[in-house]
Amino acid sequence: MKRVYVEEDWCLACHLCEYWCAFSNSGKDNMVAALKNKTIKPMIQVEEGDKINFAVSCRHCEDPICVKSCISGALSIEDGVIKIDKSKCVDCYTCIMACPYGVLMPNEDEGIMQKCELCTPRGTAPYCAAHCPNQAIIYEER
Amino acid sequence: MSINFLQPEYEVVRNMDRCITCRVCERQCANEVHHYNADLDRMVSDDSKCVDCQRCVTLCPTNALKIVKTNNCFKENANWHTSDITDIYRQATTGGVLLGSMGTPKEYPVYWDKLLINASQVTNPSIDPLREPMETRTFLGKKDATIHYDKDGNIITKTTPQLELSTPIMFSAMSYGSISYNAHKSLAMAATKLGIYYNTGEGGLHEDFYVYGPNTIVQVASGRFGVHSDYLEAGAAIEIKMGQGAKPGIGGHLPGAKITEAVSKTRMIPQGTDAISPAPHHDIYSIEDLRQLVYMLKESTNYKKPVIVKIAAVHNVGAIASGIARCGADIIAIDGFRGGTGAAPARIRDNVGIPIELALASVDRRLREEGIRNQVSLVVGGSIRSSADVIKAIALGADACYIATSALIALGCHLCRTCHLGKCNWGIATQVPELVKRLNPAIGSEHLVNLVTAWTHEIKEMMGGMGINSIEALRGNRLMLRGVGLTEKELEILGVKHAGE
Repeated sequence: MKRVYVEEDWCLACHLCEYWCAFSNSGKDNMVAALKNKTIKPMIQVEEGDKINFAVSCRHCEDPICVKSCISGALSIEDGVIKIDKSKCVDCYTCIMACPYGVLMPNEDEGIMQKCELCTPRGTAPYCAAHCPNQAIIYEER
Repeated sequence: MSINFLQPEYEVVRNMDRCITCRVCERQCANEVHHYNADLDRMVSDDSKCVDCQRCVTLCPTNALKIVKTNNCFKENANWHTSDITDIYRQATTGGVLLGSMGTPKEYPVYWDKLLINASQVTNPSIDPLREPMETRTFLGKKDATIHYDKDGNIITKTTPQLELSTPIMFSAMSYGSISYNAHKSLAMAATKLGIYYNTGEGGLHEDFYVYGPNTIVQVASGRFGVHSDYLEAGAAIEIKMGQGAKPGIGGHLPGAKITEAVSKTRMIPQGTDAISPAPHHDIYSIEDLRQLVYMLKESTNYKKPVIVKIAAVHNVGAIASGIARCGADIIAIDGFRGGTGAAPARIRDNVGIPIELALASVDRRLREEGIRNQVSLVVGGSIRSSADVIKAIALGADACYIATSALIALGCHLCRTCHLGKCNWGIATQVPELVKRLNPAIGSEHLVNLVTAWTHEIKEMMGGMGINSIEALRGNRLMLRGVGLTEKELEILGVKHAGE
């Protein structure tokens, strides 16, 4: 299955992936309309270091601990993609503690968890990868 | 502090309806033009720092930015142009030589644009390159004047070493130091994939790039940076750089700030010291001296590698080329005055040298008149902008073209002409690690491969139109060119008829 991979050698910490992620998940067809004057809540986040940067988002593990740990059955695997059923999430943070990559995060506005569900139709690159200017985020089969 | 007479040349125009304050412009500008102002809750810019490199414009996800030339103007004057006045302000402030980068931006005639290419109609058929074979492969090096046979009638082949090119285009010299590790890697990867050559320039060869040796031309210049036996052995050919089109008659100066640990190791000079290439080679003051270096390099590589001598296009270039052909060089590279540079005194870049078109035509004619054209191949460079320029150069007598500015543009260069400041926002002309990183060689080499592949397709199309099916048949075929708007003298030098003739 194609997954999002991160090439930290090429990450420039431009944070464009975060904005494209927020836009992609906004349901709007125009980035300005979606993001102007809003604080974005991207599901991919750039970790910045002294010399190295990289974007972190859900690895869609084959054997995901988050799904096993979910007390309400909100997390599930569909065609290899780990999805969240927002109507079932009880905001208990168990998945946050379980995930070794730290890619689940609370969305305070909605009072539930949020995570990357590979925004675009299957097989096409999610916006973060499609719009990375330096191929630091790659969507491919490995 | 006195008054600063210099006003910003460009203005950053931000469409506030579109700006989403993502701050990508701020993060990506090494010149620190853009800033987020928390009090205003909006992005603000300092126009005086902008070099118009277009990095922010290109990365802005909502197309909220554009850079425009300021319309603030000095009183109009047909004699004292704004640039003349601001240059004086600059020098009055600094007392220094004005530096510039890339090719001259001045309005000199571009002869390529005054030459038109022929096509077949009725009396001779054109060729469809999609259906019929079309040969763009060419060989550079000394060619035998006569064919020798053994007693059984077989051809005795005893050619000197040749460079085989899949298409008559090579990446010309740009040193590691003037351009980044990733830019060099992109060129090396692309040359290897394309079956052509790139050129190390005078800065030596980084140890990581020895694997690309079969597609590398190693350069020996007046500074002799990074020259050692393994280096000479590593390349497919050796180039002696006598001159550079952008700065004929002077040497080079790579500031100490660019001599990082890796550059220092490759150049074999101490870290942080200025790398100064002398104007002349201090062991070459005559054609005889050049001959000694040519043969010294051949001797040290067992006569297995062709030697190129690169000169800038200057007055009397025909006579100079004749001397070079007679001193044992296999290939002569001529660099026209519009050629690029990482840094040069602007006055020299803008006023010294001659156009490559005229230099090429006169060198080719001179060598043919002297009956020694077969002894050398001619490679020309200095602002070859398209496949049409390549075709015209070959028809004027070139064996192949060197491209560098075009290659850099393919890598993202926007010709902002501030390479000498060392803060290239595109990761090309810089040694700052965070900036170098911006050029991913996987992307860069793909762009270069695409560019040369596209040009090769176009060369085939244009050759097909002329009814010519190989580069060899186009070479020096000036009947395939006609001049427009040129004087008798210009046509005579180019050896080309006027359109309509």
